[in-house]
Amino acid sequence: MNHNTYIYIGIMAGVTYAIRVLPLVLFRRQIKNQFIQSFLYYVPYVTLAVMTFPAILQATQSPVSGALALITGVIAAWFGASLFKVSLSCCVIVFISELFLIS
Amino acid sequence: MLFSKKTAIKSSNSSAFHDGMRDGFPIGLGYFAVAFSLGIAAKNAGLTPFQGFLTSILINASAGQYAGFMLMAANASYLELIIVTLIANARYFLMSSALSQHIKPDMPLYHRFLLGYEVTDEIFGITIARPGDLNPYYTYGAFFVASPCWATGTALGIIAGNLLPLRIVSALSVALYGMFLAVIIPPVHNNKVIGALILISFAASFAFSWLPVISTLSSGTRTIILTVAISALVSILFPKELRRETQNES
Repeated sequence: MNHNTYIYIGIMAGVTYAIRVLPLVLFRRQIKNQFIQSFLYYVPYVTLAVMTFPAILQATQSPVSGALALITGVIAAWFGASLFKVSLSCCVIVFISELFLIS
Repeated sequence: MLFSKKTAIKSSNSSAFHDGMRDGFPIGLGYFAVAFSLGIAAKNAGLTPFQGFLTSILINASAGQYAGFMLMAANASYLELIIVTLIANARYFLMSSALSQHIKPDMPLYHRFLLGYEVTDEIFGITIARPGDLNPYYTYGAFFVASPCWATGTALGIIAGNLLPLRIVSALSVALYGMFLAVIIPPVHNNKVIGALILISFAASFAFSWLPVISTLSSGTRTIILTVAISALVSILFPKELRRETQNES
């Protein structure tokens, strides 16, 4: 059986939207439970950290330039650079280091 | 202040929208590069540039879309697609749950429905990083800039996936991670627990990427397992002080 591409797209869109919108619509009040409050407070940091490392090492042509981007980003963010500057400094360090690393 | 409360709210919404557009720019840059490679996967699945654009503008999910394109290429059943989409995107459920706690209870419902469309890893990251209660216009601003980049990148990737020099793609692909770092690192100044949390997350994520069996799970599934396990553990060991309800109200 052949499947319709637009039905495929519609299914993906519907399921993805449901996952995202349900908690926003269902959890309308401040959750009082301390464990759940702490849990939801920590979730963003863990999720973003987990998605950053080690994926950043595999995103570039060489793991070395990925590692340099990680170090640069951490230092720039620590010293208060804006979102854009942190991001840009990571890109620039990868571009420059790969000029030497990748011939 | 009371006299011009309405005007003040309007101008703060518009400045939030502008802030969002500013912060959405690097996100869009990173999206464009990633979407380009996603477009190559979409092309293999037989999608036209229009269909790729449509998928990306509707869904805005990298791993979820990638998994979807793989299934389309394999002519998978609709049920399989539903299950895989649920698994690949389940982390958004956690993100939206976290976001729900930053929304003022009296915010109109339609904002919740609109926000639900815009919870991507990156937009979630910058939205949660803004201090105080969530202003949806900030999120809208970021999404307004970033989402078209994502969709255009996908379409262009289908048309000309191999034209952008590899050096440029490589450099752009770390833009997203730079943003993540800009979100998670600064709070460490005031909260050492978060610093420890980040180190534990890095280490555990690294271990998960090579441990037998576990490393064969999709990266989306690994993200969920790690997020739930580490957040729960740290919540038990270092529960955060209860947020007073009036704390962020002026």
